[in-house]
Amino acid sequence: MASQSTALQHHFENAEQQKDASTIGMWVFLVTEIMFFGGLFLAYMVYRQAYPAAFASASNKTDLWLGAANTTVLICSSLTMALAVHYASIGKKNLIVLFLVLTLLLGGTFLGVKSVEYHDKWVHHEIPGANFECEGCADAQHASLFFACYFGMTGLHATHMIIGIFIILYLIVKARKGDYGPEWHTPVEMFGLYWHFVDIVWIFLFPLLYLIDRSGGLKG
Amino acid sequence: MITAPSPVLTKKNYLNEAHSLKSWLLTKDHKRIGILYLISVTFFFMLGGLYAAMIRLELMTPAGDLLESNTYNKVFTMHGVLMVFLFLIPSIPAVLGNFLLPLMIGAKDVAFPRLNLLSYYVYLAGGLFIFTSLILGGVDTGWTFYTPFSTSYSNGYVLTTGLGIFIAGFSSILTGLNFIVTIHRMRAPGLTWFRLPLFVWAHYATSMIQILGTPVVAVTLFLVVLERGLHIGFFDPAYGGDPVLFQHMFWFYSHPAVYIMILPSMGVVSEIISTFSSKKPFGYTFIAFSSLAIAVFGFLVWGHHLYVASQSVYAGMVFSILTYIVAIPSAIKIFNWLATMYKGSVRITTPMLYAFGFMGLFTIGGLTGLFLASIGLDVHLTDTYFVVAHFHYVMVGGAIMGFLGGIHFWWPKITGRMYPEGWSKLSAIMVFCGFNLTFFPQFLVGYMGMPRRYHVYPPEFQVFNVLSTAGAGLLGVGYFVPFIYLLWSLKYGKLAGDNPWGATGLEWKTSSPPIHQNFEVTPVVTQEAYTYTTEEVAHIG
Ligand SMILES: [Cu+2]
Repeated sequence: MASQSTALQHHFENAEQQKDASTIGMWVFLVTEIMFFGGLFLAYMVYRQAYPAAFASASNKTDLWLGAANTTVLICSSLTMALAVHYASIGKKNLIVLFLVLTLLLGGTFLGVKSVEYHDKWVHHEIPGANFECEGCADAQHASLFFACYFGMTGLHATHMIIGIFIILYLIVKARKGDYGPEWHTPVEMFGLYWHFVDIVWIFLFPLLYLIDRSGGLKG
Repeated sequence: MITAPSPVLTKKNYLNEAHSLKSWLLTKDHKRIGILYLISVTFFFMLGGLYAAMIRLELMTPAGDLLESNTYNKVFTMHGVLMVFLFLIPSIPAVLGNFLLPLMIGAKDVAFPRLNLLSYYVYLAGGLFIFTSLILGGVDTGWTFYTPFSTSYSNGYVLTTGLGIFIAGFSSILTGLNFIVTIHRMRAPGLTWFRLPLFVWAHYATSMIQILGTPVVAVTLFLVVLERGLHIGFFDPAYGGDPVLFQHMFWFYSHPAVYIMILPSMGVVSEIISTFSSKKPFGYTFIAFSSLAIAVFGFLVWGHHLYVASQSVYAGMVFSILTYIVAIPSAIKIFNWLATMYKGSVRITTPMLYAFGFMGLFTIGGLTGLFLASIGLDVHLTDTYFVVAHFHYVMVGGAIMGFLGGIHFWWPKITGRMYPEGWSKLSAIMVFCGFNLTFFPQFLVGYMGMPRRYHVYPPEFQVFNVLSTAGAGLLGVGYFVPFIYLLWSLKYGKLAGDNPWGATGLEWKTSSPPIHQNFEVTPVVTQEAYTYTTEEVAHIG
């Protein structure tokens, strides 16, 4: 394929060096992402530790079933993404496109469910700020910190999903042209790493925001 | 003296290969991107310098007669923001690092040239945001943006400035990422890790800090923006938050950020001292690993900024000890440089003068840092001019001396021409004297109790402030003279030849200025760095 042979950029000696560079670059990028999310995780941990009762009661306001459904959706999207990478590496053009589209749809579903949840919070005045209310919360002022973390973390996560969806669209266009095959499919593979990373972040967010101490168990 | 064949300007090189504006603005050549950065950081340096001049003029008299207090707050904030985020952080890595890393490792370019160009424009976008908020009326929070003042009370343009820093941060992250991959995967055949020039080691350590620290300050500013813009509170006690958490997160980056400024500078000094002593640096591995040690320990000391901010005394003690420890790798470098010069054939050139300046000023800056690291003394010195003097000795005395030294050292390589020897030595001495005259009195007046960030002060402090302002004038001239003669040298400077210093690095093995692909043939490295042969020593003449 013509586009495959021109894929080697002039400053690399060979395809292997180029592939190595992309892979290391992607992993380094993911490290920066961990540090980026890390700041928010730190804020969450500090405040959860300081105000356990407020956090426990506020976490009851999250929708367990929507959260669980979304977790399932996202794990499935990781599977379809992994399959897309697999078929890219053996050059099955139609299957690459199929699994990329499925990943796209699952990602879209996640964002749809997420916006339903956001809307819910909006209706119940559970967005921190002047109109913030937390019905039945032990400590409304510090419960607002829970929601600040909730929106900060899920918002940043959703932003990554939205960026990911644009990249999938680009990959689909390229895959349809037959750009990816056994020789060269680095973009699909690198994007796979990104998508799995975003997935893993959610795997941490779900228990932190929806599950821990939901019954308000730890008293005193 | 052995007469070398008189140097000629290579006919085709990266500078004259294409002339259109587009060929510059859309270039993927790391050398041209380095030049773009050089122009931009110089612009922001001058702007930041203008604000410094306003501060020093105001402080000539004890009364607040030139600027109102609100204006003064904005002036020192803009000085700090411009200098830290738009000049010091990108100065050496983005200018010299970009230009030299691929040359030093015998590569045709950095690993991701397009990403490199992108990070330049990301930097410009961040600069534009900050510049816009400056035009609109500025910010008055200090460069540290402490909450809740920055999120709830300040009337300045915190949002635009914060976003500007956030954006510029990504430029720094992408540059670091690019350098790490470049050093790992683009080295010429035979160039093993322990054959790398120390400049490359220093940049590797710097890149580590850039990729690990910068995302944290980015997310911190993101939270400040959320709190100020959308009232999603994290730090303001009115929202139930903890303002000290902001300080922890801010300094987790901003202490290591000092090493983003100083480590590359140390890399430059290592190259200069080795070259002008014609000796392999004493303790090559020690210098290399001390860079990494500084990067690692630099991440563990941020709490020394919080001794008086409700941090527990026990935490303070740990941070204090760790801060003392981080002084060790810095001292190792100083001693190794001295030992390198010992019994070397030392040539006193302009870059060497800057390297001497670096060692002197950084030593004073580092040692006064130990004063501040001790908990008891810090209570007395917190928020005084002692702190201002200390970090200027490190950040200006250290980073800018290295930057100017590096610019002079590699100017023949970058432009193919020499700078005027007499003028450059004169200005190097002016910078050194002007700097000390500006900042040494601040140690004294700070120790006597003059607080930072006020524009009115008791009359008994005036004599120190007048000295300081006089020094700032001299320093300003010292910075301005190189600006003039370097521009002059572009046209009238003597032709430099490929290796005017008799240096050993790969960058000196190609033509000056280098061709677009850097080397005609990919070099093969067969020996350690800094192996001075008789041919190179002959240059000493
Ligand atoms: Cu510090």
